[in-house]
Amino acid sequence: MDLERRHFDEMLLSSDGVRAPYAEYQRWFANEDPSRLAKKSKEAEAFFRRTGITFNVYGQAAAQERLIPFDLIPRIIANREWTKLSKGITQRVCAINAFLHDIYHRQEILRAGIVPTELISRNEAFLPQMIGFTPPGKVYTHIVGTDLVRTGEDDFYVLEDNARTPSGVSYMLENRETMLHMFPELFSQIKVQRVSDYPKNLRRSLAACAPDRCVGKPTVAILTPGIHNSAYFEHSFLADQMGVELVEGHDLMVVDGHIAMRTTKGYKTIDVLYRRVDDEYLDPLNFNPDSMLGVPGIMDVYRAGNITIANAPGTGISDDKAIYSYMPDIIEFYTGEKAILKNVETWRCSEPDSLAYVLEHLPELVVKEVHGSGGYGMLVGPAASKKELSTFAAKLRRNPSNYIAQPTLSLSTVPIFAKKGLAPRHVDLRPFALVSPKGVDITPGGLTRVALKAGSLVVNSSQGGGTKDTWVLED
Amino acid sequence: MLGKTAGGLYWMFRFLERCENTARLVEAGFRIALTRSNDPVSEWKSVVSTAGARSNYDAKYDTYEAAYVVDFLLRDTANPSSALSAVEKARTNARMVRTALTTEVWEAVNEGWMGIKETLKSPIKETDLPAVLGEIRRHSALVRGALHGTMLRNDIYDFTQIGLALERADNTARIIDVKYYTLLPSASFVGSTLDNVQWETILRSVSAHRSFRWLNDENMTPSSVADFLILDPRFPRSLSFCSRILEESLGFLAKDYGARFTCHDMISAQRDKLREHTIATIFDEGLHQFITAYIDDINAIGQQIEKDYRFIG
Repeated sequence: MDLERRHFDEMLLSSDGVRAPYAEYQRWFANEDPSRLAKKSKEAEAFFRRTGITFNVYGQAAAQERLIPFDLIPRIIANREWTKLSKGITQRVCAINAFLHDIYHRQEILRAGIVPTELISRNEAFLPQMIGFTPPGKVYTHIVGTDLVRTGEDDFYVLEDNARTPSGVSYMLENRETMLHMFPELFSQIKVQRVSDYPKNLRRSLAACAPDRCVGKPTVAILTPGIHNSAYFEHSFLADQMGVELVEGHDLMVVDGHIAMRTTKGYKTIDVLYRRVDDEYLDPLNFNPDSMLGVPGIMDVYRAGNITIANAPGTGISDDKAIYSYMPDIIEFYTGEKAILKNVETWRCSEPDSLAYVLEHLPELVVKEVHGSGGYGMLVGPAASKKELSTFAAKLRRNPSNYIAQPTLSLSTVPIFAKKGLAPRHVDLRPFALVSPKGVDITPGGLTRVALKAGSLVVNSSQGGGTKDTWVLED
Repeated sequence: MLGKTAGGLYWMFRFLERCENTARLVEAGFRIALTRSNDPVSEWKSVVSTAGARSNYDAKYDTYEAAYVVDFLLRDTANPSSALSAVEKARTNARMVRTALTTEVWEAVNEGWMGIKETLKSPIKETDLPAVLGEIRRHSALVRGALHGTMLRNDIYDFTQIGLALERADNTARIIDVKYYTLLPSASFVGSTLDNVQWETILRSVSAHRSFRWLNDENMTPSSVADFLILDPRFPRSLSFCSRILEESLGFLAKDYGARFTCHDMISAQRDKLREHTIATIFDEGLHQFITAYIDDINAIGQQIEKDYRFIG
């Protein structure tokens, strides 16, 4: 218990009370019968199964569908806290778009010596096909899912920018639906900002990024790798909610210089393609020739200005964890302002001094692959065994530039509803930002992921994490 | 609508229908095996034939024992038309076309899949069989009900009906084809308990034993049974009825899209052929030949629909 108390808990104070944003919720909760809540929790699970809100786990038997565990205690954020977060995210997202435009054009930031040239030129996420090309509306990152963590009352850090293809927004929406369904009375007592406009806003934001020469209402479609993809549920969910077609590569082809989908009435042109397929697989003619998931020639259509691809190919470079370490400088370079949200201190293992430090302090650090995501291939020093540490150290020495290291942050906790009552568990937060020439729109809330094992810092669903509904209060 | 989506809807409903039909076939086989006067082995054999699973079955088993047949037709995933395989494929197609379905229809399919998968997890004991078969039919009815009550009557609905009608027509035709000899008028059989049991099985395998009685009193003759299954416009599993649904649904699509294709001409021709016949002329021509030609037509129409509406690229 002492160990847990060292972490900042967003609900429970070390004295008996709760933090202000949770005051009203606590009043409701105190009057609830735990056995009723336990029953509700079971109901929620059945609801998720029935509606098919599942994800596939890679490396497990084919067609394995799992539920992401849902915890019914909401994560509550005060409006004041949110205002600051949303300003910080907007600033960051704008800087990332400016950065991407710059590195694919004049590369001023490299010339100014702020970001080292080799970090770009030798980066596999840097796409030469994008050099000199400006995406419609000058938008690179149409959808961003910034990962934030909190360590104290006023201490929020950006852990990852996720400017490529962030997933999880369907859970933000379905978690809220589930809560509304289970506890309607809560929402009449407590004023929580809505998240349900996200699909409408997404469609509007994507349409606003249509190519200039698109006349009339733009046709938007979502490109999915198919039903075996881990996030397939989300792809079909978003298509359904937006009222747009969900297409796969084999539904599409180039017709008269445009990308068109095969319909029962013939081929129909697509103006904006929200793709959930990685760059590498997007176009077998221009990238990986073995890809069955993409559309041959889509990059040529794109460069001719006849389709918008969201997010733009080549944005992955800003997700590089070595680039991340320069983000405060990048923000200052393009916006002229100090970063509102903090970066986590990061050691680039490519630098000999840093590598030495990291190897020496491995048991205290978190080490990640520069291109990694989903919690795969990372080392959490304090949780690792001696053997894991030495294996990882060997990997690090072999290929240092593939890794960065960060201090193990003391992530905030929010209680989960456990068998024995409330139990603190570490959380992170992924708000979703939509970018169009009309501005940045951030849905109040986001996806709160929670480590379900006591003391664990790994919140990824692929590693057994769960989710919570995230509330941003109205005032 | 995407061509792929149209194909997904079509196959989703073909497989749902197939799952239910398989359950019904097993039920009919089970009943006839219980009546001692009969030869259960040949009965189960014809059930397997009707399910179109003879070669797969023979590759796995040497004998036609009830337990084997039931397991193979309901649970065996090596059998592509087992109830379990069919519901699995129906659900996979439903996931693929999720955006074209109402929540009610999707949930009915998904819950059906969860329920049937759970029920068929382990081998079915004979005592549990009626309940299991009932559950399969119930899930199927729930999907149909959700479809009927919540879906717009647009092209999406039309493709579901086309899949359903095609599968159903094919199923009824195959039942007649496998049993056609029991329906042939033959003096030696008339009035014996044997053929009555046979006809009764046929009617049961299309859930028509009660309807038939309502319409025909005690008059159960081979030609009245055949007439009912082939030409009765009121019975929802007769060939005539299924062909009408096909022609109507394709007609709605033609109107909606403002375009007629080859498949439209093919179904019109088939319906004309059905209209020209009475059961007497069918028997004159040869029941077996008639049914074989019908099955070929239906399959050709299915393939033409896939082409005309661009199910695959």
